[in-house]
Amino acid sequence: MPIFSTENPPMADLRIDFAGIRAPNPFWLASAPPTDKAYNVVRAFRAGWGGVVWKTLGEDPPVVNVSSRYGATHYNGMRMAGFNNIELITDRPLALNLAEITEVKRDWPDRALVVSLMVPCEEASWQRILPLVEATGCDGIELNFGCPHGMSERNMGAAVGQVPEYVEMVTRWCKQHSRMPVIVKLTPNVTDILAPARAALRGGADAVSLINTVQSITGVDLDLMAPEPVVDGQGTHGGYCGPAVKPIALRMVADIARDPATAGLPISGIGGIGGWREAAEFIALGAGSVQVCTAAMHYGFAIVEDMIDGLARWMDGKHYADIAAFRGRAVRNYVHWNDLNLNFQTIAAIDQTRCIQCGLCHIACEDTSHQAIAARRIDGKRQYEVIDAACVGCNLCAHVCPVEYCITMHPVANSAGALTWQQHPNNPMRQEAAA
Amino acid sequence: MGESASGAPDIAPGRLDAATLATHFAEAHPPLSAQQAMVEANRCLFCHDAPCIEACPTGIDVPAFIRKIASGNLQGSAETILRENILGGSCARVCPTEVLCQHACVRTALEGKPVAIGALQRHATDWLMQRDIQPFTRAAPSGRSIAVIGAGPAGLACAHRLALHGHAVKIYEAKAKPGGLNEYGIAAYKLTDDFARREVAFILGVGGIEIIYDQALGGTLSLSGLRRAHDAVFLAIGQAGVRVLGIEGEALAGVRPAVDFIASLRQAPDKAALPVGRRVVVIGGGNTAIDAATQARLLGAEEVSILYRRGRAAMSATAKEQDWAQTHGVRILDHAVVRRLRGRDGAVVAVAGTLGAGQAARPFELAADMVLTAIGQIFVADPLGDAEALTLADGRIAVDARGATSLPGVWAGGDCTAGADLTVAAVQDGKRAAEAIHAHFLHGEPAHG
Repeated sequence: MPIFSTENPPMADLRIDFAGIRAPNPFWLASAPPTDKAYNVVRAFRAGWGGVVWKTLGEDPPVVNVSSRYGATHYNGMRMAGFNNIELITDRPLALNLAEITEVKRDWPDRALVVSLMVPCEEASWQRILPLVEATGCDGIELNFGCPHGMSERNMGAAVGQVPEYVEMVTRWCKQHSRMPVIVKLTPNVTDILAPARAALRGGADAVSLINTVQSITGVDLDLMAPEPVVDGQGTHGGYCGPAVKPIALRMVADIARDPATAGLPISGIGGIGGWREAAEFIALGAGSVQVCTAAMHYGFAIVEDMIDGLARWMDGKHYADIAAFRGRAVRNYVHWNDLNLNFQTIAAIDQTRCIQCGLCHIACEDTSHQAIAARRIDGKRQYEVIDAACVGCNLCAHVCPVEYCITMHPVANSAGALTWQQHPNNPMRQEAAA
Repeated sequence: MGESASGAPDIAPGRLDAATLATHFAEAHPPLSAQQAMVEANRCLFCHDAPCIEACPTGIDVPAFIRKIASGNLQGSAETILRENILGGSCARVCPTEVLCQHACVRTALEGKPVAIGALQRHATDWLMQRDIQPFTRAAPSGRSIAVIGAGPAGLACAHRLALHGHAVKIYEAKAKPGGLNEYGIAAYKLTDDFARREVAFILGVGGIEIIYDQALGGTLSLSGLRRAHDAVFLAIGQAGVRVLGIEGEALAGVRPAVDFIASLRQAPDKAALPVGRRVVVIGGGNTAIDAATQARLLGAEEVSILYRRGRAAMSATAKEQDWAQTHGVRILDHAVVRRLRGRDGAVVAVAGTLGAGQAARPFELAADMVLTAIGQIFVADPLGDAEALTLADGRIAVDARGATSLPGVWAGGDCTAGADLTVAAVQDGKRAAEAIHAHFLHGEPAHG
């Protein structure tokens, strides 16, 4: 907590009530190595995290983990653009975890403390563990139907999450045998995320959280000829996470948020969130809380300070008084391709005063797109110019340009009204506009 | 300022202890670590039609070699550099990149901080040379023999390219060591660890090149004799003379050309044995003045001043070089016109002249124990002897765009011809002339044009 006040503290109210679980802010640590024991969780709460999902508990005897456990995609000098792990659920005895959870919840009553669970797909196993967990005083449980490695090969984790009937069945058991809010954590390793999401809802889930990690091999050690991370000369697929998976996660969150069957089901967004801006994106697409792991593992728990401060200041600037004020605001604009306006066109414009003559826009367009940027020399000086007639507004040049605001896309004035593919003359299946 | 000298001139060796000198003459810019190189390489935007390539006199494909560093292909990177500039190792150390490739780097326009192209070039070339890798192989012997006069950058670059084409090259060098200005003319802290010599060994490693030392044109050699003995001649004889001030007192003891001072520094096995003045005045405004003044400071001179007759902006030393000297405690006085060197008992004790621009010019006198002149080197045509109608232009050997002189079978390049007096420009001259000579052999193209 700040010990002095600033002149203009952010005003926005970040408190959330997520499926009955209250937290001072929407930033939770995901069930993962950072939440494996009281020591870490207390440090997280001291740093300001609004909640944690305790690392997945299972039945005794505990699992055994390997060494090493993490792989990473370092990209152009950027460390951990993507991250993967082959660690399993907690490898500590159940009783120890339960005792620590009880203590931490007692000491930090205002924070959300959710416990992740994974036991075999038998009702008796769930019946055994649920009362033990409920006795800790925790705020809810998260069903780990997502772990894509190790546990799935023992018919747990993603092996459950990939079968909607199992998702529904286990969710129902949990609702029957406990009074706790149940969050179902979904695996992205499915063709259609809506199937398990709808199944969770049918089973009585209070919320879903997603995404869990994506099955992956981060790289190959070309000397050892083994997938990374290498364990004694061999490797296995792991779960991919970190900044690289955010686009996958956003799309799956948005699919659930806009699906009529699941709309309104609370969503805890997970995947590549490292700052307030990503959190705002997930919330705009329907998430009611967000969970973070890789960024905390990369930089430590202190990152939450700016997540809180930055989100609140951005909300103030947009006049959003609380999280609910913008939650799901972008969902209505997430449409099917068929609903996009084909009469809308933008073309690129290059601000010559900002251009540094790197030529990347030209070569990208020339080699791989529409030959719409000319490379000229004027008195020996390079000049790159958009050929308006050839530009289709694809945006590639603006993406490759290293200079902010140098290439911008401008809508072309157009008297034609909106025209979607469903109405387009080229579409043999078109729907004639109502007269 | 106006105070006159008293007592005998103070010129002495051993002003600093050996440990301090070792620190002072250690490498000015240490190499990048592998990780630093990776981070820096990833700053390169891989421009299309990259301005840096155009800004490099030898036309190195800079984005290509940097991308290879980023991908971990260091041998490929070094070969990309050395293909265009076989002296890429020394150019990486001595090039004024701030006015060449790095000036053109689009990141200079973007954020005022170019990609460290020179440091990356060094990273790649060091990698290769440290492993004793010879990246190129010679073509089959052609049976042609070429005389290269001068084992400086132009001569070496020409010889290497000719050797690659299978020709036999004999380099005639006036001095006892190869390398030219890389060996004798560059500040010691820019080329440490005997790099110039190691680079020459690397270049000779390709084979087909023989260097004969202590062979000066005009002495043991004549141009007409060389033309008779070889199929072609490449003149890379540099600028043997130094411009003189032409003022009173120039012959006093304690007055010497800065290039001699720099050469003796480079060749001294023990820097503590080198005499240097307590108060040193360097006259001139180029990089030679900077190198001489800075090194005088590093040897322990207490007061070192560079006197330049025009304004700062007109100095040919780059701003970075000027900063370098000032950082080392050298004072730069511009609009300082030296009119007289004042002496006592045959030794210089002060420089005198006017200080200030135009109307503001006032007389000044500055006490000096040692005066180093650095107002330019000049080409000396005398050794060409009979000259055989070798045409000069602006006091240097006239050449066409491919380095051909007015004499059939004779090409020239480097500082003995017009153009920027830079190592990298000399390399390009040598490379270009070698290609012209080779084309001449192949196609009977005119030897001059």
